[in-house]
Amino acid sequence: MKVPLRSLARRTPPAAALALLALFILGPLAWLLLWAFAGTWTYPALLPQHWSLDWWGEVFSAPQLWRSIELSLFFSPVVTAVSAVVCLPAAYAFARSSFPLRRSFLVLLFSTNAFPKIGLYLAIAGLFYSLHIMGSAVGVVLIQLLGTIVFMVWIPAAAFAGVPPALEEAARDAGAGRVRTFLWVTLPVAAPGIFVAMVLAFLASFDEAQGTLLVGAPNYVTMPTQMYSLVNNYPPQAAAVFALLLSVPSVALMLLVRRHVMGGALARGFQLH
Amino acid sequence: MTERAGPRNAWTSLMTSDGTAAAPSGEGLHLEGLTKVLGTSTVVDGLSLTVPAGQMCCLLGPSGCGKTTTLRMIGGFILPEQGAVRVNGLDVTALPPEKRPTAMVFQSYALWPHMSVFKNVAFGLRLRRLPRAEVEARVDAALSLVNLGHLRERRPAQLSGGEQQRVALARALVLEPQVLLLDEPLSNLDAKLRVAVREEIRDIQQRLGITTVFVTHDQDEALSVADQVAVMWQGRIEQTGSADAVYRLPRTTFVAGFVGQVSTLRGSLGPHGVRLGRGGQLVPFTGGALAVPAHLQAGEWDVAVRPEDVEVVEDQGDLGAGATARVVRETRRGHFKEVLLQLGAPEDRQGPGSGDLVRLRAYVPARPGPGGGSARVSLRRVLLYRDGVLAHEIGDRAAVVRTGGSYEQRTGRL
Repeated sequence: MKVPLRSLARRTPPAAALALLALFILGPLAWLLLWAFAGTWTYPALLPQHWSLDWWGEVFSAPQLWRSIELSLFFSPVVTAVSAVVCLPAAYAFARSSFPLRRSFLVLLFSTNAFPKIGLYLAIAGLFYSLHIMGSAVGVVLIQLLGTIVFMVWIPAAAFAGVPPALEEAARDAGAGRVRTFLWVTLPVAAPGIFVAMVLAFLASFDEAQGTLLVGAPNYVTMPTQMYSLVNNYPPQAAAVFALLLSVPSVALMLLVRRHVMGGALARGFQLH
Repeated sequence: MTERAGPRNAWTSLMTSDGTAAAPSGEGLHLEGLTKVLGTSTVVDGLSLTVPAGQMCCLLGPSGCGKTTTLRMIGGFILPEQGAVRVNGLDVTALPPEKRPTAMVFQSYALWPHMSVFKNVAFGLRLRRLPRAEVEARVDAALSLVNLGHLRERRPAQLSGGEQQRVALARALVLEPQVLLLDEPLSNLDAKLRVAVREEIRDIQQRLGITTVFVTHDQDEALSVADQVAVMWQGRIEQTGSADAVYRLPRTTFVAGFVGQVSTLRGSLGPHGVRLGRGGQLVPFTGGALAVPAHLQAGEWDVAVRPEDVEVVEDQGDLGAGATARVVRETRRGHFKEVLLQLGAPEDRQGPGSGDLVRLRAYVPARPGPGGGSARVSLRRVLLYRDGVLAHEIGDRAAVVRTGGSYEQRTGRL
């Protein structure tokens, strides 16, 4: 069968662009993957000369690395939960009530992401010293919380705004008070958006390194913080192994989101007026 | 949690067995001087209304007239600035919706999408912590009342519009409210279904003997199901009465225009007819026997004529059978025709400016004629308005002229 030449020519540029994009995104990951299983890999060779699982053993036998995995798996869920408790009521208020400067407050939340983080963290560190929570778990939770606030307010606020007020009124009409209406009607209907926000908050906390390093070290060294010393003190294989481990939750959660959350929930997060 | 008081026993037995109509109890619904101001506009303006127990009252009006706001004040979703809502003698004005003995069917149905039909209907009963068996029994009774027993495990998204509407109705009824509130419940249904569902709602309402307020902008809907129609405009009730009374004797020109078709024209009365439009010809009353009292012949009126009160016959050239008119347009309406008539024969007209263009709308039987563009017109009945308010009805049916006294006094005898 003969492929028309013109159609092939028309399809080539997008296909090439797509391939480039794929290389750009997947290339570093492939490189990591190769390094994680490499014994020796020197410059001119396109692939490692020797394959090895040694560095996996090395990583799993280092107690401080295990400890950082444990810490990460402790802090991220805690931060996500605290963030939900703090931010969801605020999100509901943004969605349902109109108060002076509502829009300004909403935009103001973004300010934590708008400035260089390290400057912000230094100022906060001063505050934490005076509160004696430097180097404490509370300090780590607070500093990680900061990065989750935008997701945890904006996306659920859009999700709450998407719940028709009549659904809540119908619940009130049937005899439910404000709290039960929120728990039994508003929250479940807004759940997909809230779930997406929680996933993003979890990942934000899981990947947070700068603030945690500043506030938590040396008592609380989480996985991303550990990466700093790994990169400096170990060969690239160990860092590659650890980086892959660090990406496991992200990939797993993203697949979960893709499978279980209704399509528009994430996009809806950015349509709040 | 307040348990709703009410005529429970008669009610529940009725839901399970199709018995005779339940006897209404209590004093019904009273609205006293309800006022709601939003920003600078008064949405509802000192509205008072009484719905006798067991009756269905339709709040009828164009959009923005305050009818939905009124309904939401009865349900407790909006608090009035002034006035009171009383349900069977109990002042509920200050109570939140969850403590009121009212239940609402929302325009959008507002079914909870994450719950099955059964759970939607059971929600309010579960809040009241009723035993599981009783919840089951009452939900099943409510669902079979609206013929939806077979769909109890479905999600709302899997139901048609009409089915969703009935679930919303069952959800409201299962709580045995003392007042049922319906907010344009049929507006999302297609025309055929609308008629079927409104009859079903009326049937259920009568069987349960439940006091009901039904909000609609569709006069056909209001006239066909209501015991009592309250026509609203600009936050006030223009007229309250039976469907027949509101249609036959609209208290104001607004009501006349909003409920049913009407031709409203400036005009004056002669001894045996009405002169429509300035410089127009005299249109006689049908039969010619009716004599108009002298005191009505002075001054101008707003004359309102219902299309079915216009008698149209073929123009056979004999004078005195009616005023000459030209058929401007004919619209077939099934078993009758709607005819738009222009009074005055073309040869009568001296040119533009010799008189008003006078047009009348008439319903005539669909049989052939009056064809050929020319017809004779007489009037069976006209309504006379001054300053927008009904003053007199003159008609051939009883061959009487209703005069004197205020309109309100006369409606009592109708």
